[in-house]
Amino acid sequence: MKLIDFLVTALKSLSTNKLRSSLTMLGMIIGVGAVIGLMSVGRGAQAMVTSTFEQMGTNAIYVIPSSPGAGVAGIGMGAPTLSLDDAEALANPAYVPSAVAVAPISTNYAEVIAGNESAVTSITGTTPEYQGALNYSLASGQFISERNVSHRDTVAVLGDKVAEDLFGSDDPLGQKVKIKERRFTVIGVLEAKGGAFMGVSQDELVVVPITTFQTRLFTQRTAGGGDAVQSIVVQVASAEAIDGAIYDIEDVLRKRHRLAPDEENDFAVISQEQIIGMLQQVIGVFTIFLGAIAGISLLVAGIGIMNIMLVSVTERTREIGIRKAVGAKRRDILGQFLMEAAILSLTGGGIGIAGGWVMSRLISRIDIGGQAIPSVVSPDIIILAISVSVFIGLVSGIYPALRAARLNPIDALHYG
Amino acid sequence: MIELEGITKVYRMGEVEVNALRGITLSITKGEMVAIIGASGSGKSTLLNIIGCLDRPTSGKYIFDGADVSQLSDNQLAGMRNRKFGFVFQEYNLLSRVTALSNVELPLIYGGSGHRHKGAMEALERVGLGARAEHKPTELSGGEQQRVAIARALVNNPALILADEPTGNLDSKTTNEIISIFRQLNQEGITVIIVTHEADIASQTQRIIRLHDGEIISQ
Repeated sequence: MKLIDFLVTALKSLSTNKLRSSLTMLGMIIGVGAVIGLMSVGRGAQAMVTSTFEQMGTNAIYVIPSSPGAGVAGIGMGAPTLSLDDAEALANPAYVPSAVAVAPISTNYAEVIAGNESAVTSITGTTPEYQGALNYSLASGQFISERNVSHRDTVAVLGDKVAEDLFGSDDPLGQKVKIKERRFTVIGVLEAKGGAFMGVSQDELVVVPITTFQTRLFTQRTAGGGDAVQSIVVQVASAEAIDGAIYDIEDVLRKRHRLAPDEENDFAVISQEQIIGMLQQVIGVFTIFLGAIAGISLLVAGIGIMNIMLVSVTERTREIGIRKAVGAKRRDILGQFLMEAAILSLTGGGIGIAGGWVMSRLISRIDIGGQAIPSVVSPDIIILAISVSVFIGLVSGIYPALRAARLNPIDALHYG
Repeated sequence: MIELEGITKVYRMGEVEVNALRGITLSITKGEMVAIIGASGSGKSTLLNIIGCLDRPTSGKYIFDGADVSQLSDNQLAGMRNRKFGFVFQEYNLLSRVTALSNVELPLIYGGSGHRHKGAMEALERVGLGARAEHKPTELSGGEQQRVAIARALVNNPALILADEPTGNLDSKTTNEIISIFRQLNQEGITVIIVTHEADIASQTQRIIRLHDGEIISQ
């Protein structure tokens, strides 16, 4: 018996029971569709994290306070241990030669008022290096300067969204905004970046000189009495220089903080790659988890196919007897039933892939807080779904098919 | 052509053993038209199934065309059924969801031969059903269905046609038509074995084998 005969025979018997065949396929369609849809959203989230961090600045290293002995939980949770002087030391080429730009960063939330408009947004105190380290471009005006920092000027650079919220279509340059009862002059507006990270838009911020932030807005001191900063961003020239820079930074800060050799760091140094890696790992686990839940529905679909095939073998015992009486061999019967299972699972899988793709498109259109979840249907997900559905089809088809093939012709003929 | 020697068949029905055939020794030569008769339960259908390789004997020797059939594998038996034998059953045993033509094509599919459509049409025309090729069995009368079954039995040009109560479900007029088809085929050189319990039909054959309780009592 030729392959084409198996195909024609299988299609004929499937089409004689269209309702049953389509219900069986439905299980497969939903299973494969769910796997594709959910995994593509997971992939999309991973891609989004990567691109957001790339927008935030490449080859960046973050230095943040850390509680010694608390492990990962202590990162970012400690008392302020980093100071403005630490940032200046890191900027010294004698200590960290591969550093291109070093920006101390302190952030707090406050209401910003302009005329009758107001907005609660994050206020970032930093230095001119911030612009380069985090890849911001200016839409108009200028960024804060060294002079602004040394003079503790009350000047502010507005993020795109803040500028729009406060001034609409008016030109904000030269206008006054009020933060914590102090008047700041707007000297520049940042160009929109678009991305958001963990629900916080990168365009919702007001940048002021770090010295102004420290003395006039949110004063914070280290245990040693220095001007505290919440974090320090160090940009290095290339990805290859990151490991050396991390070593240099730790060395400098340990000396400056006078840590004994057996003491743990009171700060943490994390490269952007590490952050991306950690987040991707979390999202990856989440994606696998979602995929596994969807995989259960695939399993159920496989059991459905097996059930239907078993019922079909029983129902068609007489047909099998007739086929055997006119010369069908075991492998002919086996092939026919396997082919039917394969057609059910492959067609179901195919429609499921299309459905999952459509579903992932629809999900990526849902707007969550001004931002959509992107979804990426990558070839490996499709290959995975196809091979799983073929595997399920064959596994669930083989037992009923073997049962059909083993029937004794005379018993089968006299069945029912 | 057919040599049976000491054929027995024992069925197990739970604890009880049923001796369907108790040592059948029989020979049938090429071109014969034979009737096997006997009361129900006499083992006549079992004997037919063994001759047609649908079933295996418990013991004994079966030589078909000089070859020992009891040594053949399941696949070889399937090949025998496909090429050497044609079966006609009381219940017609057609696939009800496909056309008469597709039913007749079935042995050609498993035989792997080409020109299926042509071969199946010719077989249908031989039994006078050329015009009804595209009808499904449910749209045909009992006599027509049995003729489709005969066409299916013929299509691979078998050496032997085995019919198990072929007219059991038919009226007397149709019965005569079906029997005359068998006689016609026999005259064309095909060996025909008919299992029946009707003396009328048996009398139209050349030879009557009478079974009782799994044994031949006259032949």
